[in-house]
Amino acid sequence: MSARAATVRVAGGQGFWGDWLEAPYRQVTGGPVDYLMMDYLAEVTMSILQKQKSRDATRGYATDFVDQMERILPTVVERGIKVTANAGGVNPRACAMAVAEVARRLGLARKLTLGVVSGDDLLGRLDGLIARGHDLKNLDTGRPLQDVRDRVLSANAYLGAAPVVEALQRGAQVVITGRVTDTGLTLGPLMHAFGWAPDAWDRIAAGTVAGHIIECGAQASGGNCLSDWKTIPNLAAVGYPIVEARADGTFDIVKHPGTGGRIDVAGVTEQLVYEMGDPRSYITPDGVADFTTIQLAQVGKDRVRVSGVQGKPATDKLKVSIAYFYGYKAVGTLVYAWPDALEKAQAADAILRQRLDALGLEFDAILTEFVGANATHGPLALQDIDAATIPEVQLRVGVRSRDKNAVDRFTREIAPLILNGPPSVTGFAGGRPKPEEIVAYWPALIDKKMVEPLVELIEA
Amino acid sequence: MKRKLVALAHARSGDKGDTANVGLIAKKAKDYPLLVKQVTAARVARHFKGMIRGPVERFELPNLHALNFLLHGALDGGGTISLKTDAQGKVFSTALLRMEIEVKR
Repeated sequence: MSARAATVRVAGGQGFWGDWLEAPYRQVTGGPVDYLMMDYLAEVTMSILQKQKSRDATRGYATDFVDQMERILPTVVERGIKVTANAGGVNPRACAMAVAEVARRLGLARKLTLGVVSGDDLLGRLDGLIARGHDLKNLDTGRPLQDVRDRVLSANAYLGAAPVVEALQRGAQVVITGRVTDTGLTLGPLMHAFGWAPDAWDRIAAGTVAGHIIECGAQASGGNCLSDWKTIPNLAAVGYPIVEARADGTFDIVKHPGTGGRIDVAGVTEQLVYEMGDPRSYITPDGVADFTTIQLAQVGKDRVRVSGVQGKPATDKLKVSIAYFYGYKAVGTLVYAWPDALEKAQAADAILRQRLDALGLEFDAILTEFVGANATHGPLALQDIDAATIPEVQLRVGVRSRDKNAVDRFTREIAPLILNGPPSVTGFAGGRPKPEEIVAYWPALIDKKMVEPLVELIEA
Repeated sequence: MKRKLVALAHARSGDKGDTANVGLIAKKAKDYPLLVKQVTAARVARHFKGMIRGPVERFELPNLHALNFLLHGALDGGGTISLKTDAQGKVFSTALLRMEIEVKR
């Protein structure tokens, strides 16, 4: 960008891997945008991608992203829209090669420069790091990583906006990253477009808050919004949120005209508190945002202004997301009908547990829920109603174990209950539940100086 | 008289590992002090008795007329380990809205 624009529009296109396939296309065609930001990596997602890469070394990235790019690349190239996405997962280079291949197929060779951000992968360095005293303690339990070292499948540091900025400055139009923070994918474009310094802490915090608001897609524009949910118009054609930012760090949350959904203070507030910890210190690799300084104002229809955001200097640590093999789990379900639906399901659960016990199977956990009665609100749900009137209840029993045989045997103990347990039971059409491998998550911190982000450019 | 929080507030919740967060937001700014006074961390811990294994922390966001609660040990281990339907703590939000508080007539 030669002359700096007064406002820069960053559109949220995907809130997680599996989000609405129409959204990115609608964001780049529904009105003017400068950047399209797509977040693919939930904590759980890294584990899934790692599983895929362990089966096939050319995979390990969000394949949906490549299909999305095939659909939007002609528009993106024609309009000069830049894209930032952490779709690279645990294999960003393979993801970029796949997008380059698509670009060539679309006749866009030599019209597209891809940026690849890596350096987040610590798997090959773990033993060296541990030997040098980086014990990667679990942030929740305090245990050292050594406890599960032999079962670790992946380890990725969360990178911030800096390598995204570098890729954009070196001319990348589509920046594909590994484990870059969700917020860094929005902050990076704003730092690049406005020339914000990495230590302009209030600006960094503002861009981080902007990223937090749009990183979950339509959750900022009417989706999953409890406030007056019945009056939110046309969610079928919901417009995903767009940050319209100014160089001073203030920004508006908007959406394309003619789209469904709603952008109001109540909905943006809901998204601000989503997955929040201590609001005074929302820590990212780029800085620390203070959410108690955020001011919101409805300045137009579907337009919320965000101002006043203050920040503090970044810490000297990076968060590390580690995936390790835990064991196995399975969930079995049956449905019981009125009368006494809940009592029947409870009786079936007791029988099932007695049988598992008699078989001497070892489980780390057995969890029973009665869907329709207590699965979401626990005992609170049954305080206000007469349980005998519940029309139907799904018995849902899950088990978890290091022992695959125990989980496998559990999956064979559900169906017999249809004929040899309490009456009025149905809903076993799906067949025997399948044991699933559990790849668990181990959050830790590492000294920032131990991680060197790497930026590479690829011409399509 | 007693009123359920659902009449006075809305909420959204999410997860970080085995911790669920609930952001509780006053529908009207004038009701925010009521939430601050009555929806204490101790009260919320009692409300969720039997559903969470760890402590409850509370943070205030007067600028957003919101309180943020961290419910530790709420998700059966969380993430991929959890056997819960609500493994990611998405509906602890409305479970909190069942709580009753005292309001002036």
